[in-house]
Amino acid sequence: MTDPLRPSDHADSAPPSDDITSPRLGVVGWLRWGWRQLTSMRTALVLLLLLAIAAVPGSIVPQRGADPNGVTQYFTDNPDLAPVLDKLSLFDVYSSPWFSAIYILLFISLIGCVLPRTKHHWKALRSQPPRTPARLSRLDDHRSVTVSVPEGQDATSLAAAAVDTAAAQLRKSGYRIARYDGRGTFSVSAERGYLRETGNLVFHAALVGVLIAVGVGGGFTYTGQRVLVEGQAFTNSLLDYSSFNPGRFVNTNALAPYSMTLDRFDVTYVPPGQPGSGQAGNFAANVTTLTPDGQRQEGQVRVNHPLDVQGDRVYLLGNGYAPTVTIRNAQGVEVFHDSVAFLPQDANMTSLGVIKVADGMPQQLGLIGFFYPTMDTLTSGALTSTYGDLEYPVLTLRVYAGDLGIDNGTPRSVYTLDPTGMTQIAGGDSGTPALRLMPGETQDLPNGLGTITFENEAPAGSTGYTGSVKRFASLSIHRDLAGPWVLGFAALATLGLLAALFVPRRRMWVKATPHGDTVRVEYAGLARGEDPTLASAVDQMVERHRASLPSRTPSPADDQSRPDTGKVD
Amino acid sequence: MPGTDPLLLDEISLLLVWTAVAIYVLAFIAYAIDLARRSDLAIKAKDEVVARELVTAGGGGVLVAPPTSSASGTSAAKPRYLWARMGTALVALGFLFHLAGDVLRGVAAGRVPWSNMYEFALTGTLLVVAVYLVVLTRFDLRFLGSLITGLAVVLLGGATLAFHVEVVPLADPLKSVWLVIHVFVASLATALFALAFGLSVMQLLQARRERKLAIAASSDAAAPRRSFLQTLPNADALESLAYRFAIVGFIFWTFTLIAGSIWANDAWGRFWGFDTKEVWTFVIWVLYAGYIHARATRGWRGTRSAWLSIIGFAAVLFNFTIVNVFFKGLHAYSGLTN
Ligand code: HEM
Repeated sequence: MTDPLRPSDHADSAPPSDDITSPRLGVVGWLRWGWRQLTSMRTALVLLLLLAIAAVPGSIVPQRGADPNGVTQYFTDNPDLAPVLDKLSLFDVYSSPWFSAIYILLFISLIGCVLPRTKHHWKALRSQPPRTPARLSRLDDHRSVTVSVPEGQDATSLAAAAVDTAAAQLRKSGYRIARYDGRGTFSVSAERGYLRETGNLVFHAALVGVLIAVGVGGGFTYTGQRVLVEGQAFTNSLLDYSSFNPGRFVNTNALAPYSMTLDRFDVTYVPPGQPGSGQAGNFAANVTTLTPDGQRQEGQVRVNHPLDVQGDRVYLLGNGYAPTVTIRNAQGVEVFHDSVAFLPQDANMTSLGVIKVADGMPQQLGLIGFFYPTMDTLTSGALTSTYGDLEYPVLTLRVYAGDLGIDNGTPRSVYTLDPTGMTQIAGGDSGTPALRLMPGETQDLPNGLGTITFENEAPAGSTGYTGSVKRFASLSIHRDLAGPWVLGFAALATLGLLAALFVPRRRMWVKATPHGDTVRVEYAGLARGEDPTLASAVDQMVERHRASLPSRTPSPADDQSRPDTGKVD
Repeated sequence: MPGTDPLLLDEISLLLVWTAVAIYVLAFIAYAIDLARRSDLAIKAKDEVVARELVTAGGGGVLVAPPTSSASGTSAAKPRYLWARMGTALVALGFLFHLAGDVLRGVAAGRVPWSNMYEFALTGTLLVVAVYLVVLTRFDLRFLGSLITGLAVVLLGGATLAFHVEVVPLADPLKSVWLVIHVFVASLATALFALAFGLSVMQLLQARRERKLAIAASSDAAAPRRSFLQTLPNADALESLAYRFAIVGFIFWTFTLIAGSIWANDAWGRFWGFDTKEVWTFVIWVLYAGYIHARATRGWRGTRSAWLSIIGFAAVLFNFTIVNVFFKGLHAYSGLTN
């Protein structure tokens, strides 16, 4: 018996007999019954379909993992529904208890199914092809020829020699063979396609490998985000990241020590008048890394082309403008000077940013600014940007005075300002228009608070506004130990799948029976599983083998030549 | 192509594409007429060779290459489906225009012509038709002709109306070899799934007819009406052919999934993030894995597994249309979002 082991409800297994109503199931009996259910084909199928269905909601409802802002927005838009969905883990579908339950059950079922099959297959790999059936003519793919024995030869030795040749030919084409001679006949039984079951097992096992690699590897993986303005540097340590997500086993005190400076950020725009006008592209962060041994290395981070640094990979996530602003108080003392990253809001880089002045002023100041690289006025009077590059850069600022709320320890995003409890002193309904500056300009703050300067960062002597405002790059730094493993297992799974689906598994028999001065040679093939090419394989075998036989007299009675049509499997 | 105006090239390409659509419409009509007339033809042909055989339960159709390419004129009973031949000739002609339109679009853009919705539809339907034509040289699947041409007309015509955009430079995330590989292989898989889908639909129809025939044979219930189904292979043959296309498609889809996650890792810094498009690629993969399992599960082989193949393809179409257009995600084919 060398058929692969299959769950009892596999289509090729014998249907269940009726007398299966075993008298009484003890605890062990029940457990065994439950295990059989769990590892049955039907359970695997139902779990697979459940998995497919369960994955769908995550594409409809925004997910915290993929789209955290979308989730926040969803809560704002659907204040009643959102908490209910949240209870059902619908914002974290892929780590939800119900999704996990499905795939964990699926993988338990898989392992429970694959282990016994592996054991069985291991044995099958070293067993002999089965005995030649007594009546080959019963098989669908059966051919026969009758050969007359040449003068001076003996039918029996001719039959034996014919089978020898057949055995050699079959072995050469990758069959495992066994001879079954006796009772006046000679035959070879051949089987091939063990690789099919091997492939199937490798495929299923590799899926487990993928799951484990993802699960375990994730523990050794970290990702950190950092925004760098041109000219700025950061060191690869926990403190210097704006956000950092370490896996469970990451030692955050032992990150690869290096620092990285953003020298320049490149971007090109499709000029006006051309198709795709204004579209930005060829983003490139030009960086210099410095390793502890004092080695300096220049590199580029581009989309699709992350930079490898000391085993980390640096990705370009986003970019934008970082206007440099200086604020002086009434005494002329500088109380703020920084390049502040403004987050882009649209394709033409209308950008939003926040400036917080905590000290040096009578009251804390908060400024909410819009930056337009190429400002234009809509018919409504509102400002907008019409092009992403610096053609007519304008910065507008609303100013609030009061308590920024940063002293009481509540974490605040550097990108948002909550003006509740503050007084608006410029812009909006404050009676004073919002501040409006172009690079290089200085204006008075309202209420005689001092001055504000929008610094022009262009190198001396340059014309126009090119380079007048610095850019920032938002970088994401990853260490991913799982990746290569996941990829390796996925490749293994694909190879296994190819073998499992396309290697035909079949048996072949060649039998020679001497009859007086003729020898009847029979050929037959039997498919084990899907095997659309069996018939032509039998034909080929017959053809090849006939060539080695002496003269031949085909016997019309039993030469069942295959009909040319109608067979597809 | 220096010196040639991309806009002009795209105009010509559009003209070619619309011509192809028009020819596909004609092909669709020819194939539809063929189906409508098939049972009559089959009966006539059978009358000519009166004593050949009884109608087998599943019908007498065979799955060899169409008469044009098949030298073995085995049976005089083989009816000549003139309209189907015309349909195939028209598909081949339409394909040439379609191919020319596709290539020209690529030349106009100076890159592979599968980088936005319009181009996905353009190249995707091209591959569907190409795979159909290639398969025709080995199996007589002309009974799927109206389905394939119908699909091509709706998708290609619809996409040209709704999604056509002028050639613009590629957004940064799309500048990758993986665009070439991943999208092309996905389209190829889609083409194979489409054929499997058509065969599964026919399988369901045929199985229903076979059931009715069996009932009619064992009781005095009325036999089912004559229909083109009696010229088709039996349900089992249709099923195993559908399965063969589906598994090749499944391999391609597996590759699509892996190539996509390698690309995602380059572009977004993670292999897998359950982005909407990733979710649907995964769902489709699992559905077809389910289909393959179903074929091996007792009680599921046959009609039930055919439904899975149909659901799988419905998901493919959904992924290509609804998900691309209406679902929010990273696969916006735009550029950096900020
Ligand atoms: C993660 C879940 C699973 C996936 C994605 C999956 C996928 C597949 C695929 C693609 C095949 C076709 C390859 C072939 O025919 O060899 C297959 C076959 C098979 N699977 Fe799974 N499988 C899963 C779980 C299971 C489980 C839990 C079982 C055990 C009950 C199982 C048992 C089988 C068997 C017996 C075959 C061979 C079918 C045949 O004889 O053609 N699989 N599976």
